[in-house]
Amino acid sequence: MSQPPMPALEVRGLVKQFGGIVATQQVDLQLPAGARHALIGPNGAGKTTLIHLITGMLKADQGQVLLSGQDITHLPAHRRVQQGLVRTFQINQLFDTLTPWDTLTLVASEHLGLGRRWWQPLGRDPRATRTAQRLVEQFHLEDVCHRVTRELAYGKRRLLEMAIALACEPRVLLLDEPVAGVPAGEREELLATIAALPEEVAILLIEHDMDLVFTFARSMTVLVNGAVLTQGTPEEIRQDPRVREVYLGHGETAHD
Amino acid sequence: MSDRAWVLRSHRARWEMAFAGLALLLPWIVPSHAMMINEIAITALFALSLDLILGYAGIVSLGHAAFFGFGAYSAALFAKHVWPDPVLGLMFAMVVTALLGLLCSATVLRGSDLTRLMVTLGVAMILLELANKLDELTGGADGLQGVVMAPVLGLYEFDLQGQTAAWYSLVVGLIGFAWARRLVASPFGGSLMAIRDNRLRAMAVGIPVAQRLVTVYTLAAALAGAAGGLLAQTTGFASLDVFAFERSADVMLMLVIGGVGWLYGGVVGAVVFKLLQDQLSAVTPQYWMFWIGLLLVLLVLVGRERLLHPSQWWRPSP
Repeated sequence: MSQPPMPALEVRGLVKQFGGIVATQQVDLQLPAGARHALIGPNGAGKTTLIHLITGMLKADQGQVLLSGQDITHLPAHRRVQQGLVRTFQINQLFDTLTPWDTLTLVASEHLGLGRRWWQPLGRDPRATRTAQRLVEQFHLEDVCHRVTRELAYGKRRLLEMAIALACEPRVLLLDEPVAGVPAGEREELLATIAALPEEVAILLIEHDMDLVFTFARSMTVLVNGAVLTQGTPEEIRQDPRVREVYLGHGETAHD
Repeated sequence: MSDRAWVLRSHRARWEMAFAGLALLLPWIVPSHAMMINEIAITALFALSLDLILGYAGIVSLGHAAFFGFGAYSAALFAKHVWPDPVLGLMFAMVVTALLGLLCSATVLRGSDLTRLMVTLGVAMILLELANKLDELTGGADGLQGVVMAPVLGLYEFDLQGQTAAWYSLVVGLIGFAWARRLVASPFGGSLMAIRDNRLRAMAVGIPVAQRLVTVYTLAAALAGAAGGLLAQTTGFASLDVFAFERSADVMLMLVIGGVGWLYGGVVGAVVFKLLQDQLSAVTPQYWMFWIGLLLVLLVLVGRERLLHPSQWWRPSP
C-alpha cells in the first residue's frame, strides 16, 4: 500500500489570541507539493495573522506548522526561510539603496550559505549570478537591474518583490496580495509572471482580486473570523451558499 | 561582471594606490607634521570603524569611544606589564576590544535608534568611570604614564618627531581600510546593507539578522580598539579622555562631514575635521568649535553635493 504523498506544508490546529480577541481559531491547512491554493476571506478574517504564524513572524499559542512533514513550529523566521518556506509582502519590502541585481545576487548567495563569507566579492560565485540572471529575465527586470531600487516604478518594484522570494528557492511560497495596488497597465505582466511560477513550488495565494483567485487556484480555503469556514475546489467554493452569504455577501455572485 | 564595471574598478584601484602611496610619503615630505599625520591616520581608522556599524549596518552609536578607549588602555597596559612589542600589543588590544564588542553587541540588537544612542553612550560612561576609579591599574585621572614601546617589528625605533609613529599608524590604517573594503563588498557586507535597508525583509529572505549584527559590531569594536591602541602606543600615554563623550561625538561628526556608508567618508571626514581643528584653533583657540558647528549646520542645510559644487549654490534646491 502506498502512503499518501507528504504535504509540502501542513498547518494543524493553529490558534492565536491577542488579549481577548481570537485572531486564529483551530486552523488546519494542507498544501501538497505544487499546490495552487488560495486563501480568501473578508477584511479582518485573519489572513495576515495566519501568514505571520506560518512564517514565524508571530508565535502561535497552540498548534503546529510542518514543512514536508518536519515540525518547524519553534524555528525562528529566518530558519524557516532556509528550509524553503518563503513569503512575499502585501506592501513591498525591498532593499531600497541596492540595485535589483545586487539584491538578487545577495539573496541567492545567502541561500547558498555564503552569507558569512567576507573575503570574496558579492557575485563571485557563479551559482548566485546564474540565479540572479535567470530571475532578472523571468521577471523582466533587465532594463532596470543596475538602477537603485528606490528609483524603480511601482510595477517593477512589485515584480522585484516576488523575484526576491524566488531567489530563496522556495518549496512553499506565500504570496500576500501580489497584485495589490498595481496599475492596470502593469497588471498583465505581473499576472503572466505569477502564472509562470515554477510548477513544483507549492503556492498559497492571499488575494482580494477574484479574477486572479479563480483563474489561478486549484483549491481554496475560506477564512472567516479567524476560523476556516470551508475548503474546496474553486467550483465548490463558488457554489457554496455560505461563502456567498458571508464572503461575497448581499446576493452578489462570484464570476460565472 | 560587465566590462564597464571592471574598468571602473581598475580605475578606482589605481587612484587608491596613488592615494595610499602619497599618504605613506607624507611623513617624509612634511616631517614636522608627522604627529599630526599620525593622529589623522588613527582618527580615520576610528571613523572607518564607526562607518562599518553606522553606514553599513545602520547601528547608531554615541559611545564608540568605549572601544577606542578600551583598546588604548589595553595596549598601554600590555606594553607596560607584559611585552613592549607594538604589533603584538596591537593584536592584544584588538582581541580584547573585540571581546568587549561581542559582550556589548547584546545592547544594540533590540530597541530603537534612540535607545541605542542612550545605551552606547552609557557603556562609554561606565568605562570612563571604571578607568577613573581603578587608579592602581590605570593611573586614574593622571592617566597611564611611562609606556615605553619597543621598535616596530624590532627594526623601527619610535622617534621624537613621530615619523615612525606616522608610518606605523598609516600602514595599520591602510590595512584596516583594505580589509573593510573587502568586507563590505562581500555577501556578508551585502547582508548588512540588506539589514540596514529593511530588517523585516532581511529576516524574510533567511538572513540571521541578530547574528550578523553581533559579528559586525564585534569586528568594528576590534578596529576601534586598534585605533585606540595605536594612539596609546604612539604617544606612550593613555588618559581618560580616550573614553570621553567628545571623542564619540567628534567621530560621528566626521562621518557626517565625509558621508556615511562608503568608507571613504570616514577618511575624508577625519582629514577635514582634524585639519580644520588644527587651523581654526590656531586662529581662534577658544572658538574653533563655533566654526565646526557652523560648517555642520551648512552641510546639513545646503547638502554636501551642493556645498562642494559652488555652481549650484544659487539654484533652487532639488
